[in-house]
Amino acid sequence: MNEFLKIKGFSCGYPGHFVLNEISFEIEKGHFVGIIGPNGSGKTTLFRGISGELPTLNGSIILNGQQTQKMSLREKAHNIAVVTQHIEVGNMTVEEYVIMGRIPYQRQFQFFETEEDMEIAGKYMNLTGISHLRNKNMNSLSGGEQQLAGIARALTQEPELLLLDEPTSHLDITHQVQILNLIQRLSEELSLTVLMIIHDLNLAGEYCDTLLMMQKGTLRKTGTPHEVLNYLDIEAVYDTVVITRTNPVSCKPVVFLVSEKTLKKE
Amino acid sequence: MQKKYIQWLLFILALLAVLLVVVFVSLASGEVKITFKNLSDVLADKNSIDYTVLTKIRFPRIVLAIAVGGALSLSGAILQGIYRNPLVEPYTLGISGGAALGVAIVLVSGIGLQSYFTLPFSGFIGALVTLFLVYTLSIRRAGLSMNSMLLIGVMVSFVASSAMMFLMSLSTSETVHNIVFWVMGSLDEPNSILIKVAFWSSVGGLFTSIFFARPLNALRLGEIKARHLGIDTGTTIKILFVLSSLLTGIAVSVAGVIGFVGLVIPHLIRLIIGNDYRVLLLGSFLGGAVFLVLSDTLARIVIAPNELPIGVITGLAGGLMFIIVLSRSGSKYKMK
Repeated sequence: MNEFLKIKGFSCGYPGHFVLNEISFEIEKGHFVGIIGPNGSGKTTLFRGISGELPTLNGSIILNGQQTQKMSLREKAHNIAVVTQHIEVGNMTVEEYVIMGRIPYQRQFQFFETEEDMEIAGKYMNLTGISHLRNKNMNSLSGGEQQLAGIARALTQEPELLLLDEPTSHLDITHQVQILNLIQRLSEELSLTVLMIIHDLNLAGEYCDTLLMMQKGTLRKTGTPHEVLNYLDIEAVYDTVVITRTNPVSCKPVVFLVSEKTLKKE
Repeated sequence: MQKKYIQWLLFILALLAVLLVVVFVSLASGEVKITFKNLSDVLADKNSIDYTVLTKIRFPRIVLAIAVGGALSLSGAILQGIYRNPLVEPYTLGISGGAALGVAIVLVSGIGLQSYFTLPFSGFIGALVTLFLVYTLSIRRAGLSMNSMLLIGVMVSFVASSAMMFLMSLSTSETVHNIVFWVMGSLDEPNSILIKVAFWSSVGGLFTSIFFARPLNALRLGEIKARHLGIDTGTTIKILFVLSSLLTGIAVSVAGVIGFVGLVIPHLIRLIIGNDYRVLLLGSFLGGAVFLVLSDTLARIVIAPNELPIGVITGLAGGLMFIIVLSRSGSKYKMK
């Protein structure tokens, strides 16, 4: 297997707080990976550990043969781009926002953007379908449009690894599907490796190539959606009764929930 | 995008033109009337009273107004960038108060007064210590609300002014008079070397700050996201803190506490040309210079032959704007 991202014995956490324990996994280049697990299971801590926002307590993260903890902030920004759950809406146009993705490539005292910067930003605005919004104010965009702008900004960094924190929360199904289709397509076309936190197990199963299931600060299971999304694991991790089936069209796993009332009847 | 740069250039040129006009108006206004027509005559006769008034009184004052207005406004713009809060500025954060306390300590104790650099330096130290204090208090809880931060600033101001009152109660009436007059804010600075120090350090501060325009732009997205864009936010913020303390400390040491310049001007500049720090920093400096030259001219002529403290005018304009911005901030106002 051609491991692109290799995480070995990785522990991380907040000072005197929650700590991730000895997480190890490997991801192939161009894979679309979902991190699932209940609230407080360590998804966000893992995410922040990989992005470098939280200090590593132990272990290593190796991206493309290079240990990320040893990279400078600038190098890291060339390799890893992060899209957070809430896109910070500042008072700026979409184009100004997207072109900020070129900051890691600009020289220390470079004052103006180059033609190349403009082209790259333009390319990813096209790819994410927000070119027509380029002169709009970020504040005036809908939640879905802001997510798209966030993704365009991250792509403008031309990263090797894209980290996404619940890009589809707060969105209706039209926009959820729109965003996930886009990410899936990007991951294939640009052979971009994507690591995404996602709560919705059905979306995770439908779109991701690999799933990481977190439980109480450890990695419970890694594998294809069929391997990870079985009722035994889900029930153990989420403490909820579920039924799993296979989507007749996509042949991906589907998870059904059952209400307490129905359970009592059964 | 290219169109944007041309807009910026035109905006800066327009501000320079306005500054030039305001400088001429200020040179001409006052008890001794000097007009464009007789300007060359006045300049030719080096022994006339008009010549002395122009070159020894009005011109240095204008230079000082440019330096102080520019420094305070620039410092405000920088602090707003760091805190991502449109209402912070040297005065509202209590930094001016801290700088004033630093200067007052030196005035009362009389230590090192023979050197020209003692007062600016003590102002800088006072400002830096206060800024450090406010920052430490405000980062203890990440994501401190705008209002709590301003409250901390107000409290720090109170503490500083109480300490100053304490100092004054210990000192002679002459020193007290000096301190009171200076705290009220005035551009009447007889020492030409101090004026030069103030002018060149604020211009130097401007050039230094422009190197940080890009990091400040990245900080518009927040500290964490700026780091994701490869900006070493820790170092950047430290340098910018020292820079804004320096600007404030020097402004306060030569001109006393002049409030709200750093609030009013960057706010107006943002409204006109946007939030991009590449144009905002220079724009704020020039705007601050225009505003203070204008305010000083007004202060000189409104109740002539007496003179208003300049803080009266900036306080009126700034206080009103502060209330307007604060009352709108609850609903929709966003800076970043």
